[in-house]
Amino acid sequence: MADNSDIRYLTPVSVDIKKKKYCRFKKNKIKYIDYKDPEFLKKFLNEQGKILPRRITGTSLKFQRKISVAIKRARQIALLPYVADMLK
Amino acid sequence: MVNQYETVFITNPVLSEAQVKETVEKFKQIITDNDGEVIHEENWGLRKLAYPIQKKSTGFYNLLQFKIEGESLSKIEIQFKRDERIMRFLVTRMDKYAIQYSEKKRSMKQAKKEEK
Repeated sequence: MADNSDIRYLTPVSVDIKKKKYCRFKKNKIKYIDYKDPEFLKKFLNEQGKILPRRITGTSLKFQRKISVAIKRARQIALLPYVADMLK
Repeated sequence: MVNQYETVFITNPVLSEAQVKETVEKFKQIITDNDGEVIHEENWGLRKLAYPIQKKSTGFYNLLQFKIEGESLSKIEIQFKRDERIMRFLVTRMDKYAIQYSEKKRSMKQAKKEEK
C-alpha cells in the first residue's frame, strides 16, 4: 500500500476557511431598511440587478424579506433598475 | 386610526422649478384639506432615473411625510393618479422603526447644519 506521502494531488487541496456568515442586521442592530438609499441596497444585488440569495449574503429570513420589499420599492421609484448590466 | 405615511413622487423634468414647487404646495394643501398634517418635506431635485419612465430619463424627486386618517388616504392617491405632472408616486405606511429612523436622520442633519 503506497503510504500517504506518495499520493500527490493533481490540484492543491483547497481548504476554504469556513467564514462564519452573520446577519449584518442583527449584528449592528439595524431595525429599519430604508428603501430610499440605493447605495446600501446595491450590496444585495448582483451585477444584473437581481436580489442575492440568503446563502450568499447570510442575512436572516426576517431581514431578507425586508430587504426584498425595500428593493422592490426602490425599483418602483426608479432608484434601482429592474435589469442592468455591470450594475456595480 | 391616524397613521403616518411617507410618499415619494417623481415629477416631469420638463416642468420648471416653480411648477414643481407648485405641485408640492398643491399636495400639501390637499393633505391639510383632508385634516391631515404634513410633518416633513424633502426635495431631492433633478435626478437620473434607473430606467426611462414615459420616455424620460430624469425627474424631480420629492418626499412628503404626513399623518392622516386611514380612510381619507384614498382621496390623496386619486389626486396623485389624476395629476399628469407626476410620472410616478409611491405611498408607504411608516411603522415605528421607520418613524424612529427618519427622526434620527433629521436630528443628525440639523446637528450638522448647526455646526456649519
